[in-house]
Amino acid sequence: MNFTLRVWRQPNSRTPGRLESYPARNIDPNMSFLEMLDVVNEQLTLENREPIAFDHDCREGICGMCSLVIDGEAHGPEERVTSCQIYMRSFKDGATITVEPFRSKAFPILKDLIVDRSALDRIIQSGGFISVNTGQAPDANALPIGKDLAEQAFDVAHCIGCGACVAACKNASAMLFVSAKVTHLGLLPQGQPERDRRVRAMVSTMDAEHFGNCTNQYECEAVCPKGISAANIARLNRDYALASLKGMFTKKSESAGGG
Amino acid sequence: MTQLDAKIPSGPLAQKWDRHRAAIKLVSPTNKRKFEILVVGSGLAGASAAATLAEQGYSVKCFCFQDSPRRAHSIAAQGGINAAKNYQNDGDSIYRLFYDTIKGGDFRSREANVYRLAQVSVNIIDHCVAQGVPFAREYGGLLANRSFGGAQVSRTFYARGATGQQLLLGAYQALSRQIGLKQVQMIPRADMLELVLVDGQAKGIVVRDSVTGKISSHSGDAVVLATGGYGNVFNLSTYARGSNATAIWRAYKKGALFANPCFTQIHPTCIPVSGDYQSKLTLMSESLRNDGRCWVPKKAGDKRAADAIPEEERDYYLERLYPSYGNLAPRDISSRAAKRVCDEGRGVGPSGLGVYLDFSDALKRLGEATIRERYGNLFDIYHEITGENAYQAPMRIYPAIHYTMGGLWVDYNLMSNVPGLFVVGEANFSDHGANRLGASALMQGLADGYFVLPYTIGHYLAGSKKVKPSVESAEFRQAESETEARIARLLGIRGKRTVSDIHKQLGKILWENCGMARNRQGLQDALQKIPALREEFWGGVTVPGEGKDLNQSLEKALRVADFLELGELLCRDALAREESCGCHLREEYQTPEGECKRNDEEYAYAAAWQYAGETSAPVLCKEPLIYEELPMATRSYK
Ligand SMILES: Cc1cc2nc3c(=O)[nH]c(=O)nc-3n(C[C@H](O)[C@H](O)[C@H](O)COP(=O)(O)OP(=O)(O)OC[C@H]3O[C@@H](n4cnc5c(N)ncnc54)[C@H](O)[C@@H]3O)c2cc1C
Ligand code: FES
Repeated sequence: MNFTLRVWRQPNSRTPGRLESYPARNIDPNMSFLEMLDVVNEQLTLENREPIAFDHDCREGICGMCSLVIDGEAHGPEERVTSCQIYMRSFKDGATITVEPFRSKAFPILKDLIVDRSALDRIIQSGGFISVNTGQAPDANALPIGKDLAEQAFDVAHCIGCGACVAACKNASAMLFVSAKVTHLGLLPQGQPERDRRVRAMVSTMDAEHFGNCTNQYECEAVCPKGISAANIARLNRDYALASLKGMFTKKSESAGGG
Repeated sequence: MTQLDAKIPSGPLAQKWDRHRAAIKLVSPTNKRKFEILVVGSGLAGASAAATLAEQGYSVKCFCFQDSPRRAHSIAAQGGINAAKNYQNDGDSIYRLFYDTIKGGDFRSREANVYRLAQVSVNIIDHCVAQGVPFAREYGGLLANRSFGGAQVSRTFYARGATGQQLLLGAYQALSRQIGLKQVQMIPRADMLELVLVDGQAKGIVVRDSVTGKISSHSGDAVVLATGGYGNVFNLSTYARGSNATAIWRAYKKGALFANPCFTQIHPTCIPVSGDYQSKLTLMSESLRNDGRCWVPKKAGDKRAADAIPEEERDYYLERLYPSYGNLAPRDISSRAAKRVCDEGRGVGPSGLGVYLDFSDALKRLGEATIRERYGNLFDIYHEITGENAYQAPMRIYPAIHYTMGGLWVDYNLMSNVPGLFVVGEANFSDHGANRLGASALMQGLADGYFVLPYTIGHYLAGSKKVKPSVESAEFRQAESETEARIARLLGIRGKRTVSDIHKQLGKILWENCGMARNRQGLQDALQKIPALREEFWGGVTVPGEGKDLNQSLEKALRVADFLELGELLCRDALAREESCGCHLREEYQTPEGECKRNDEEYAYAAAWQYAGETSAPVLCKEPLIYEELPMATRSYK
């Protein structure tokens, strides 16, 4: 197969970028999208030109590192997969394919297709955990947890933190990401003691990190490679409202800042 | 030659760890804050160590090369984590987990370490549940278990097919909490390129910021390497693309011994290679062998589709050869069995390098819904990659490089022979001998990081003078300038071959000569070819771009340069070990059935290699393996 790529090239965060065209020739339909980029990069290298920079690591849909907008869609044309799980058989021979980074005010571009998603880490650092030190835990079976509850918790805990939800949202909202963690820990009995401070701290960090508001467009859910449901956002809003209300009556210690 | 002292505590095996902990020196809470510990790596081993050390009050700096600690390669582990909880009441115990691990490792691991590992395994599950890890459960609300290879009990805890992800996120969240509390300074997108010794002690590292290309030094009172395995030396593997050996290789070149480099695990169930362009191989978790049956046609060259081959013309070779373990025979044995049937011309798929993993019996017995619940995401991955539906036709699988049992030599305290340099997780050599059992790497990484290192490092720190050196000192300056020079040299070659091209060639040499079967001639050939390839690399590779910039070609070149040296040590070690054990099958030393023939008289030792400079061969130091509790026996899974 043969393709024409239009790829976003940008030397660094300070210099403006633009789309440039590259041919991708003799592509096997069973190649992954990233393997196709490898082939293009090998060619550029041999021509003494700079290869296209893109983030990737596991190449099996779990590390959350790959982050391409392919033909306008975060993680490309297939549902429920990451960029590294797109295969060239999904494209028409001869097609022109546009490749851009995950764009968002909260994700500055570092180079070409690579963006800085550390804002997501900072949200977790502000409260996305259960405060338990090593060595303090009781026997694991001392706390039975229903099978269905454990499965529900897994469904949201499966978030890979890729940020596609943010990239797809016209408001650059991180609500799906935050709701996944708040729901995961909020569903489990172990997560109850910190439930209120967690949601308050995570939402306030989210606001401080330049993420936008959710206006119920559900683009996030559509691109999520792990199929995390936007219904969790409603749950997040409820949790947040309740926690804020309670917060008005109790002495606040908003510095969950690490717990 | 360095004399190795494993510092195994005296006393009966079952009491060694408790006694040792009681005797270990402690650091007072006020002093802990004054010690700064550098942890390189944020996988299960690194994140758990960094979080726990910070909880204890130490100042910690943690480094990783990904953009976030949550993306370390541990995230990809699928199947599960072992622990001797005996929740299933099927006769499991600490002793049995210890026994299975030693036997699985073909009597080439250190007895005292393995016993401790089995002991702390139970604490890991408790801690992870407290962190909110959503392990699979039974309807009654208690934890569920599955079986893994090399065991006859059900002791593997799991979270669907993403156990590594859930455990790592637990450790990442614990780490994040400490970052939020400013107890840990996290430095992502950083490549450690050099270890710095001051007066013979590990006191710092040199890193390259992969966004700006800036080279900088960090000093500390101790250095912990948690940088994972080196399987990417083979190029094609189940590792993440960035997994590398640079941190441990640089430490080796600074005097840390590298133990058993040739002990590399080949996993029996991976999706077969489909083309030359392939960048990585994808694992299909061993847990699938709970319900999947391996088979090939009885007749060589049988090209019929799987469903056209009647039952009596199929060879369920693992069940036939190893009736008491069947499809759950250990990895080394299952991989070689697959290779043998393919070598006989009975392999399936377009390349003939594949065997079937068939779920039709389990689907009939349990129904599709149950199979989907157990392995849904694995079947999905299989479908994405191959375009085939494993609910309808059997999977095709083939062995691939997956894990490295070898690594930097450490003593019972997880300290290398370089004082102040600790090594945890897959990066060290200690617990799995010549073959690791499934679901035991996650266990070891978390045991090291949560429950062992945080104690043993205190013993070292309490006994050492607090002399965190300045990064302005001569040792750091020199390490930085050597690193800058290496980078400048790579960028200055501008030859005609790409880094990937050379890496592929190295991988091919190693896979053919130091893979599933090894022999003297092949290893000697490889020892000629690798230095020649290295010369070609340094004379003719091309690395585009600049040093002071985000430059992925340069990152890769630095890693491959180290692989080109490590590859040689692998072959040297495999050549020197004139016996077969676990993963290491030397064709000259096998039983008539093609099983490993160990030579305990001469080779019951860990082979720890000492760097001796660019122009001399490394020196082999031996740590004899003494079994106090278990008599060395011939491994049998028949
Ligand atoms: C596909 C797959 C499935 C697996 N499934 C299982 C399973 O079911 N059960 C099981 O027990 N085991 C499994 N394993 C093995 C297990 O996942 C690993 O052995 C284990 O996770 C290794 O953990 P680690 O912390 O030692 O290293 P890693 O998780 O590899 O972490 C290495 C860390 O070091 C950092 N690093 C590396 N080099 C540098 C450098 N030069 N500079 C700075 N930072 C660096 C990285 O950024 C990373 O943070 C599996 C492995 C694979 C590949
Ligand atoms: S590279 Fe890991 S999810 Fe795509």
